[in-house]
Parts: sequence; structure tokens; C-alpha cells
Amino acid sequence: MKFLTAILLTAFLSYVSGLFLPWWSIAIAAFFVAVAIQQKPFHAFLAGFLALFFLWIGLAFVIDRNNQHLLSLKIAEILFKTPSYALLLFITGLVGALVAGFAALTGNYVRKKSTV
Amino acid sequence: MRIIPFLLSAIVTTGFVILFNSRIGPAPAFGKFLSPEHGFWQNAEAATHNFSEEIKLPQLKGNTSVYLDDRLVPHIVTDNDADAYFVQGYLHAKFRLWQMEFSTHAAAGRVSEIIGDKAINFDKEQRRIGMVYAAENMMQEMEANEFTKLAVDQYTAGINAYIETLSESQLPIEYKLLGYKPEKWAAIKTALFIKQMTKTLAYSADDLPFTALKNVFTDAQMQVLFPETQDSLSAIAPSGTIFDKPEFVPIPPADVDSAYLLQKDSAMKMAYLDQPSRDNGSNNWAVSGTKTKSGAPILCNDPHLDLTLPAIWYEMQLTTNTMNAYGVSFPGIPGIVIGFNDSIAFGFTNAGRDVRDFYELKFKDETKKEYWFNNEWKKAEQRIEEIKIKDQPSLFDTVAYTIFGPVTYDASFSTPLTGGKSIATRWIAHLPSNELLMWHYLDRAKNYTDYYNALQYFTVPSQNMVFASKSGDIAIRQQGRFPLRWNRQGAYVMPGFDSSYLWQGYIPLAATPASFNPERGFVSSANQRPVDSTYPYYIPGGYDVYRGLQVNRRLAVLNNITTTDMMQLQGDNFNSLAEVVVKLMKKYTSVSVLNTEEQKFYDLIKNWDLQNNVHSKEATVFQLWFDALEQRLWNDEFTQKDTVVYALPDDYTLVDAITKDSLFVFIDDVKTPQTETVFDLFTTSFKQIVPELTKLEAEKKLEWGIYKNTTVYHTLRTALMPFARAGLQTGGGKHIVNATQHSHGPSWRMIVELTAETQAHVVYPGGQSGNPGSKYYDQFVDTWAKGAYYTAWIMKRGDVQNKNIKWTMQFKKS
Repeated sequence: MKFLTAILLTAFLSYVSGLFLPWWSIAIAAFFVAVAIQQKPFHAFLAGFLALFFLWIGLAFVIDRNNQHLLSLKIAEILFKTPSYALLLFITGLVGALVAGFAALTGNYVRKKSTV
Repeated sequence: MRIIPFLLSAIVTTGFVILFNSRIGPAPAFGKFLSPEHGFWQNAEAATHNFSEEIKLPQLKGNTSVYLDDRLVPHIVTDNDADAYFVQGYLHAKFRLWQMEFSTHAAAGRVSEIIGDKAINFDKEQRRIGMVYAAENMMQEMEANEFTKLAVDQYTAGINAYIETLSESQLPIEYKLLGYKPEKWAAIKTALFIKQMTKTLAYSADDLPFTALKNVFTDAQMQVLFPETQDSLSAIAPSGTIFDKPEFVPIPPADVDSAYLLQKDSAMKMAYLDQPSRDNGSNNWAVSGTKTKSGAPILCNDPHLDLTLPAIWYEMQLTTNTMNAYGVSFPGIPGIVIGFNDSIAFGFTNAGRDVRDFYELKFKDETKKEYWFNNEWKKAEQRIEEIKIKDQPSLFDTVAYTIFGPVTYDASFSTPLTGGKSIATRWIAHLPSNELLMWHYLDRAKNYTDYYNALQYFTVPSQNMVFASKSGDIAIRQQGRFPLRWNRQGAYVMPGFDSSYLWQGYIPLAATPASFNPERGFVSSANQRPVDSTYPYYIPGGYDVYRGLQVNRRLAVLNNITTTDMMQLQGDNFNSLAEVVVKLMKKYTSVSVLNTEEQKFYDLIKNWDLQNNVHSKEATVFQLWFDALEQRLWNDEFTQKDTVVYALPDDYTLVDAITKDSLFVFIDDVKTPQTETVFDLFTTSFKQIVPELTKLEAEKKLEWGIYKNTTVYHTLRTALMPFARAGLQTGGGKHIVNATQHSHGPSWRMIVELTAETQAHVVYPGGQSGNPGSKYYDQFVDTWAKGAYYTAWIMKRGDVQNKNIKWTMQFKKS
């Protein structure tokens, strides 16, 4: 339950902060959620990681579908020399996930050793 | 707190944030760029995007409605000019901001700010030819006139109103890829845009390589290789036109032979010179009602430029209390540039006249503060140019300004062509002028007199301005300001040590080549020399012969003309260069020495219908053969002193010389002991290309459309190929009315029939949106490639229920 709450809360806070703050505000969101919700370090990392992996892929997926892959195919070609929107979605998710995952891990270590 | 794991993961997190927030090499910062709420995903416009919105701004005077049709063409309807220009600026920025800013940065020599030190030489040259100086001179004129001041100020305010609303996530994608942000627009950028077009169209720099060629050839030979007039010309002013005797004939200096024409300067070497494409050209014509089926005049124009995405043109209609103009605009300047209104239509082709000369100067010392002029040291103005460079400190360059113009080349900015000499640029573009005023009047012109009066405000880049009116008049004028030169003045770099080589005035306006309601029932231009050799002025330039021949030949025989006929003429693939050359090929090829493979390709040429159609294999064979012919004819002589060939004579020169004289002295290859004949020339050059033809055929690339591979590049060329449209299958080519080459050609095709209800058919190889993530980015490209057109929807004021309206933007005063 804690795990799921952490994921949802991180995703929600990241989304809202992204509307007003720079992209790296996802690190702040993931950090504070991990401070607030104590879990095992690995679980905290995974919650942050998955929250942003799915948030960013989800947001990008909706945009991409409405755009009929017009731009994603061009950008994938520019960045990876492969016209694959799936690859681009995956990399998008991975970038957000890595930052949020480690930010959550950092937040987790703020507390004393967990008793959970 | 668990200090060590905390610190470790904090470092890793920070590391990732910094890594993904930084650009590595040319790649964008991944975090910023991929974030769906900030990065490129925000530029991925939904296919069903709704463009309707209401915009409230305090700068507006009243209400303005913008009706967008299904091609995203805006029809601006308002009751005052001020709001119309404001909204035009706003829309240009909304759909084309990046290109407007990039092109004007380039004009001002500010590319290093964006892409770093690799653009320093480009920027330096822009400063040193006086681009900013020219734009400043123009600014003063624009501000001094009430109409253009209003237009430019309102246009600027509209652009800036849009920029102020832009959040980082909404920036055009090029800013995100390159990692910078737009600055505020300023009125001078409009002047800079016009000066950049001037550089594209009226910036002849042949004087430098020609001066170097004097080391190899005599002036008499140079006149054979680069003739000033052409016999087979079909001029703009119809033959038989009587020209007035000049009131003043310029007098060459006393030492013109020894100090200029016959002077050889071994310091100047041949080298590649970056100068505007010689293919920049266009077709325009108007046929009178006596030749059309409807009885109304038809006006056509297709300007040939580099084909780019985002396109250089933006289509729109401007309806105010003073005008109702439809056509294309340049993102960067207010008004309609090519188009029509309720009463008239107008279009342009480039005049191609040389309006730029070079002078060699002598400075007292390296400080360039004083130069030798009329037997004394004269003070030079100094202009210090700061060139900002991305991630580096600024570079400062001092440019000396003299009576001969800015000193473009000197020891600190030298090419092999200039050999460290101090050479100044005298260029008509430096004169104060206000081209915008012409468009102000043209967009509102009601008849021939209005058109005629409007044209006087246009100085440069000189254009052939075609006109037709609903009242039945047709006309063309080659408008611009031209130096009054003595024969051969400015063919080479001139001595700039006293006033004797200065221009002695300008060709009077009354001597402008023009044609008004001619008996033949049409007027036309296709970048040919405007007049035949009876014109009493020396007018060097870069002129085409062949397109004009074909246009005039077709127009002469056509009657009962419909817009369909005009579409066919704009898409005409007849190769009138080949018409002459194939005859020579048949005459001078030694068929008996050809092997089977060679014979096969030779037969293609022998039986060719001379059409550069998209599937024609013959057109490819012809092009390769003709290129080889030129190389073989000229290269031996041109590479006698230096190994680099800068410029070959025009195609016309070869054709004319060999047609007239099969013993033409240049046919012999001076690098071999024997004497080659015209048969050797044609046969050897043909045999030389056959292996390439065999290879192309095996790869299935022999068809003209495939071989030519017409491509509309993004402005950043090969760096962003996924933003380009490559492999378009088109016919046409160089010297052909359908002037579509690899990435150069008709940048806008327009056919306007001035019946009671104007009918217009239009297309350009791009789309209304500059955003590669929008389906409107390249919407017209395939239609254009097919040679098809859209029927323009010309909105009538008040017709707000029309089914062509897809979205509405309401601009209101807040």
C-alpha cells in the first residue's frame, strides 16, 4: 500500500510541479515523497523510478498518439538514427525514472535506519 | 540520517540532473528536451488541434478577426491598418518565429551567437559587406515615412506581444534543439530581412574571380568567355523598342587601359567564392484579355529560390479599411509581397543586374584610419563590430568605411582571391531606400498609375515587376537603381586611389526597360537581359536566356488562354537549351567509334523529345553529357595558372560559340600536344560519362526524377534531415520553365485571373506552420511536387458563415 501510495503521490506531485517549475522539479517531488513515506531503500527507489517512468511515458504516449507519431519519428531519427517512437518513449521514461529513482533513494536515507 | 548512503545517492541524483540538464556536443539536454511537460513533446501538435482562440491585448485599437481556412491560411479582417499589421506580426511569430529570428540573425552576422565559432567567418563577412550599415540606412527612411513607420512599429509590437506570451515549453523546436531563446523583435530586423533578400538577389561578386582570370586571359578573351549580350535573347522590352539617347554618357578615366583593363595582378588567385546561387531567378508574365478565354487578364508568377522548410513564404489575406490584399508575405516584413487585391495583381522576377563593384585601396598603415584619395590621406570612418560567440568571449572587428564603401577585405580578412589587399565594396544596397513603401502602395493600388507611382520607391534588389488590372491593362518594368557605367566599368576590381573610377551617376528612371499593353498581348520576364544590344547603357549582370525563350514562344502562340493553360506553362518541361545542344551532339559525335553500350545511350539522346519529364532517362543522359562537355571545353584553359576553377562561362557561351564556329579556339585541349577537334570534344566527353550512366541504370537511378532527387531541406540543411522532404519526384530543371532543380526552384506558384470575381490558383513547397511537429508543416509539398494547385479562397468582408472557415481567432482590446 505504501509502495503504491508513494508511486501515485510522486507522479502527481511531479506532474503538478512540472506545470510551473523546470523539469528537474521531479527530483524534488520524488525526494519529499520518499522522506514522508518510509519504505525499504530499494522500494523507495523503485517507487520513484516507476512513478516517473510511467508518468513520462504516459504523458508522452497521449501526446504522441494525438500527433499520429509525426514528430516522435523525426526526433527518434535525429537522436538515435532510428525512426522508432517506441524507443523514444522508452528513453523518455528512463530519463525521468533515473532522476526520480535516485532522488527518492536520497530522500529515503534522510530518516534514521528504517524499522520497517 | 544514514550519512554515507545519503551522500552517495545525493551525488548520483545531482549527477543525473546535471547530466540531463546539459548539452553534450550538438545533442540537446536530455532531461529538458525529453520532459513531456517542457521538451519537444510539447511541439507535437495534435492532428485535431483547435486553432480558435480569443486574445485580449491592450496594444490593440479595436476588434480584429482572423479566419483560418483548412490550409491554415489566415484571413485578417479589421477596420484599421494598425491592428492589421499588429496581428500580421503576431501570426508570423506564432507560426514562424524561429525562421524569422534566425534569418535576421544571419543577416546581421550573428550566427556565432547561436552555433558557436564555426560561423565566425560568415559573421565577419556579413559585417564587412555592411549589412547592418545598410539596414540602418533603410531604418531611417522607414521611420521618416508615416505609412511605413506605422506598419513596422505595429508589426514589431505584434511579434513582441506573441513572444511575451511564450513559455519555455512552447518555444519552437529549433530553440530547444540548439539550446537558446528568442530575443525581442526590433524594427531594424525588418530592414535586415530585406537586406538579406538583397544579398540573395543582387550581390554579384564576379569582379574578384574575373580579376584573377585576367592573369590568364586578355580582356578581349574575357569578353568572349563572359559576353555582355546574347544573340538569341528574347528580351523583356520587346525587340524594336526605341531607347532615348542618354543625356549624359559616362567617360572612362584616361588610364583605363594601363591601370585597369590590361592590368594583371598576380597577387589575386583563383579560389572558390561563396556567392549567391546563379540559379536564383523566376518567371512572371501577364496576358491581356485579348488572348484569354474569359476576356480578363491573367497574371502568373513563380519565384525561384532555395527551397526550404519552414518555407520562406507565408500565405495570407489582409482586409482593412484601406486595402484587401491576398498573396504571400515574408515572415519578417509587414504587408503582402506577391499577390493581388480587388483591382490589380502583381509579381516579381529578379533583374540579376550587377549593382556591386569592388575598389582596391591604399591605407597609410594597419590602423586603417587614413587612405590615399585624390593625392592626399583621407580619414576613414571606423566601425567596431562586436561578434558574440556562444560559450566564448566576444570578438571585435574594426571595419573601415570609405568613399568607396566598407572595406570588406584586408590583411585581417583575406581570401586567395583578394591576396591580402584592402578591397572596398560599393553596393547599391548601402543607399538609403524604403522598399516597404512600394509594397504599401502596391497592396492598395487600383490601376496602372498607382502601380507606376508605387514602383519609384524601390531601389534594390532590382526586380522585373509584372502587373495586370481588372480594367484590362498589363505591364512590366525592370525597377531598381543602377549605376551609370562606362563600358567594362566594374567588370574587374577597380583602382580606388582617386575619384576617377567612381560611379558617375545613376541610369535615369526614364530609361527603365518597360512594356505597357504591348501589341503582342503579353508581357513576361524570366531573368533574361531586359533589353537587346541597342540599349545605350552598359548593364552587366547574370542573365538566363533559355527560360525566357520558351515562355515567350509559348505565349506568342497561345490564344483563348485559360488558367489550365497557364498551369501547364508554369510546369512546362521543354528543355530549350537541349533543343540547340542535341543538334550539336548529333552533328559532332563520331558515331562509328561508339561501342554497343555507348550506342544504346547515344540512341536515347538521338530520339529524345527534349522534355525533362520526371521519368525521362534521356534528360539524365543529356545533363551528364552537357556537364562533361563544359568541363572538357573550359577546364584546360581555366586551370592554367591555378588548379581551382571558380566559375565556368555560362552554358549559353558554349552553345553559342560552337554553333557559330566549329573551330572555336577553346576547343583544343591546351594540355595535350595534339590539336583536338569539335568531334573529339563531343565524342570524348560522351564516352567519359557512359560508365556513370551504366552504373546509374544498374542502380535504377537513371530516371530524371530519381537522379535529381528534389529535396526541400530544413533551413539547417543536412544537420536536420528528418525535418526535410527528400526524394520528391519532379520534372523540370535548369533553363526550363519548370525550374525545379535538386533543392532550388519555384518557391511559390501563382496564377491570378482578374475576372469580376478574381480566381487565384496557388501553391508553395511547404506549409503554413513552421513547426515540424504539425501536419501543416509540409502540407503543400506533395501537391506542389505533382504540379497541382489550390484554389485560393478569397474571403469577402462579412462572409463569416462561409464553410471554408475552420477556426477563428478573435483579437480584442483589453
